[in-house]
Amino acid sequence: MSEQFKLEIVNPEKSFLSKEDVTEVIVPAFEGEIGILKNHISIISFLKPGIIKIYSTSGEEKFYIEDGFIEFKNNHLSVLTSSIFNLKDMEKNKIQELLKLAEETSKKEINDQSKYLVDQKIDVLRSIN
Amino acid sequence: MASLDDLKKRITSVKSTQKITKAMKMVAAAKLKRAQDSAEKGRPYSQKMNNIILNLSSGISDKNNAPKLLSGTGNNQVHLCLIMTSDRGLCGGFNANIIKKAKSYFSKLKKEGKELKIITVGSKGNDQLKRAYGDKIIENISFKNSKNANYFDAEKVGKIIIERFDKKEFDICTIFYNQFKNVITQLPQAQQIIPLNTENNDEDKSDVNYEFEPDEDEILGNLLPKNISTQIFKAMLENSASEQGARMSAMDNATRNAGEMVDKLTIEYNRSRQAAITKELIEIISGAESL
Repeated sequence: MSEQFKLEIVNPEKSFLSKEDVTEVIVPAFEGEIGILKNHISIISFLKPGIIKIYSTSGEEKFYIEDGFIEFKNNHLSVLTSSIFNLKDMEKNKIQELLKLAEETSKKEINDQSKYLVDQKIDVLRSIN
Repeated sequence: MASLDDLKKRITSVKSTQKITKAMKMVAAAKLKRAQDSAEKGRPYSQKMNNIILNLSSGISDKNNAPKLLSGTGNNQVHLCLIMTSDRGLCGGFNANIIKKAKSYFSKLKKEGKELKIITVGSKGNDQLKRAYGDKIIENISFKNSKNANYFDAEKVGKIIIERFDKKEFDICTIFYNQFKNVITQLPQAQQIIPLNTENNDEDKSDVNYEFEPDEDEILGNLLPKNISTQIFKAMLENSASEQGARMSAMDNATRNAGEMVDKLTIEYNRSRQAAITKELIEIISGAESL
């Protein structure tokens, strides 16, 4: 099928995921979710905490992501992130741990932007918990 | 000449040293494999990051308004050097090479009348530099407790540097580390990370017009600090692979030298044993003859 494009997710330690048969990716961009299909305009965007959904010919995959950014160019999507987890493999207590950490951070004195991000994180973690 | 007993003791001691160096070599070889793997796996991230930043910065229209991390403070008076070394010794010229490179850079700065500040990562570098440059060292960071180089540590170092940069404590930041080429060769590197060197852009200068979300400045402003941590992490990975490589070849040499020494001592031991026997025989024979 010609509607496929290439996806690569890398984190500092290794290349996390690489796929050639992706049809659609939905990423939690800073100002709202973006769905990326083939021949999307070149874009660089920040991510906020949320769920990345990847639709490929082999099925659907979901990942929880805390930060990072994406670059889409010439039908090649790169996702750079320092913390990503496969939603399937995430255990309940891991989620709770992250949630607790986020809630503690949100109580501290932080600027508006980080406050917004932490609140987002809490929302997402609660929704998958 | 040393007595037979002494020689025997020395041979045993050299042999046990040899056992230790051999074991260390094997441990280093195993660790090297892992360190090399993670250094290679870490490359895509830092490369991608670099490419994106290069693309972004080449598209910046207003150079004067660019983030300070990219364009610099406009001065180059105060230099910060981040010296990355290992926490453990017995790794040949690994630390000495970095220190040598750094020291020649320091003296160049001194000649030009620049001010120097040093942050050391890893205790060995601190040990070697504190005698000559003790007053210049403003911080010593050590990750003795972390087993492998990890991104979390790199981020910590990055934060320290950016904090100091925001306080205008320095104008230019250079990191010193060993780049891993192969087991025998590690190249000491000096890499400038603040302001970012955007000149060596070997990627084809694509005139892709990106769409940005949020706007360009904000992305660049957020990306640059991340890039610093990434560069430091890259240096850490290269360093840990280099360290194991250097240790492996150093220990290999040591094992070989110990082997040679054992051979030499064994010959000496045999000779003196033979000499003692001959001497006794001569004594017996001449005693018998005189009767």
